[in-house]
Amino acid sequence: MNTKQRKLIYRILPYVILSLIGICFLLPLLWVLVASVDPNAMQSLKMPKQLTAGNYIDVLTSRENQRAFAIGLLMSLGQAVIVVLLALLAAYPLSRYQLKFKKPFMLTILFMTSLPITAVMVPVYQLFLTLKLYDNVAGVVLFYVASSMPYGIWMIKNFMDSVPEDLEEAAWVDGASVFTGIRKIVAPLMVPGICTVAIFTFSGSWGNFFVPYILLQSPENFPASLKLYQFFGQYGMVDYGRLAAFSVLYAIPSIVLYILSQRFMSKGFSMQGGTKG
Amino acid sequence: MGGISVSSPQIRRRNLTWLYFLLPSIVILLLFFIYPILLTFFYSFTNLALTGEAAKELKFVGLDNYTRMFQDPTVRISIWNTLVFLIGSAVIGQQVLGFLIALLMKHKNKTFRRVIGTVVLAGWVTPEIVCALCLYSFFGDEGTLNAIISFFGISPVTWLFTVPMLTVILANIWHGTAFSMLVFQAALDDVPSEIEEAAVVDGASRLQILFRITIPYIRETITTNAMLVTLQTLGVFGLIYAMTGGGPGTKTTTLPIFMYNQAFVNYQLGYGTAISLLLLLLGIVLSLFYIRSSKK
Repeated sequence: MNTKQRKLIYRILPYVILSLIGICFLLPLLWVLVASVDPNAMQSLKMPKQLTAGNYIDVLTSRENQRAFAIGLLMSLGQAVIVVLLALLAAYPLSRYQLKFKKPFMLTILFMTSLPITAVMVPVYQLFLTLKLYDNVAGVVLFYVASSMPYGIWMIKNFMDSVPEDLEEAAWVDGASVFTGIRKIVAPLMVPGICTVAIFTFSGSWGNFFVPYILLQSPENFPASLKLYQFFGQYGMVDYGRLAAFSVLYAIPSIVLYILSQRFMSKGFSMQGGTKG
Repeated sequence: MGGISVSSPQIRRRNLTWLYFLLPSIVILLLFFIYPILLTFFYSFTNLALTGEAAKELKFVGLDNYTRMFQDPTVRISIWNTLVFLIGSAVIGQQVLGFLIALLMKHKNKTFRRVIGTVVLAGWVTPEIVCALCLYSFFGDEGTLNAIISFFGISPVTWLFTVPMLTVILANIWHGTAFSMLVFQAALDDVPSEIEEAAVVDGASRLQILFRITIPYIRETITTNAMLVTLQTLGVFGLIYAMTGGGPGTKTTTLPIFMYNQAFVNYQLGYGTAISLLLLLLGIVLSLFYIRSSKK
């Protein structure tokens, strides 16, 4: 009997522990969701007496907030597109040609992917002052591009390695240039990889706070992350409902993109279908 | 065959096509990545400042920033805080908790796994400022945690004031654990079940199997993950800054916060850069280890 009881405990215990962990992770999140639809939201999680969409409407109809979301989208989209294009170009010779410096170059790239960006922000600030890029949205995009370039090149190069070369050679025979080959043959076969890189760079800058906090000054240039922080500091202690609604709206793109990226990942990276005949 | 445009890759390799392809990326990386790193080394030996005399004239001050740094008690506190934050939230928190979740989830009911997995992942996907806000309100004076403990008759605690470091550590665990969970889930799936089954037949206990078989089997994953998570945590700024602002006092001032305060609150850019160099060197050492461990 004793061993039976022990076995039972061993079976149930993991469920209990995991449920407890789950609740701890859920509670802070639940607060932001509930508070966003509660007209009298407080700091603590509580059942709302009535539900309202008022917080969301207030946040969404504010011109300033619309602007902040638009700037955030523009910055992250701009960055994602530029990173993908430049990384495709850079990855091509790294994947296809025999270059002497390839190995050290790739190792440097890998090394750069793991460096903490936080550590270079003070000199970057100084550099931006010198280059007259300070408080300039395009400047922030440029820095974002640079900071995610190593990751982009590393990933795109690996994805490109798995696209068979014979397809391109066939296109060359038909008179296509290297450029057309990339555009018409290689890139379309790498759509899952390209989307993965685009999504990760987008979410990275969309969620970033430190970089725009250092490099931007005028409130009219603030992306959503900075606006939320400003909101937090100004009215946060009073207006929990709207603050929560802003947070949820701001988190939605990250969550949607994550779910999308899972779809691309699960489709797999296998490209064997490419060259069968 | 026949067009002039058809040239074999061998010919192309000899010309400089590769340079045109790589050039834009290299220029951007040199200007906005490598150059700032070199500037970090350079500025840390100067008196660069935003205001006052030093703002007009850049002077070399030799090792002044460094001697100042080693005498500054706040630097010592910041290094200590950074270590506590790294070990507490990254090495122990995210790694151990992520591993525990992955281990316990193995062979469990599918729906249950999906629910728990989604909840943990939600913290990871959420942007850091939103995380800061959620956890700030959770630990707030009138927040959820105090509401829960007062339900059990315990008087409320000013968490953000009494144990600020613990709250930011827990916030970072909340934000980051999912990554380690995913890594360990994949690694645990690769452990061949025959080895574990054989150990069971030989009469090994669960703990013995865990420490003698499972953990040694995924040791490389553990090292690589530890390095990545530590590097991630080293640069954490927004989460702490929005929750406690590095305070109260200097209780949650980690190196990034201290660097920010010196450079942009006290306008001592040169000194701030010297501190970022410390951060950078720490990052470089960890990155080198990371590359070494992932090359195998």
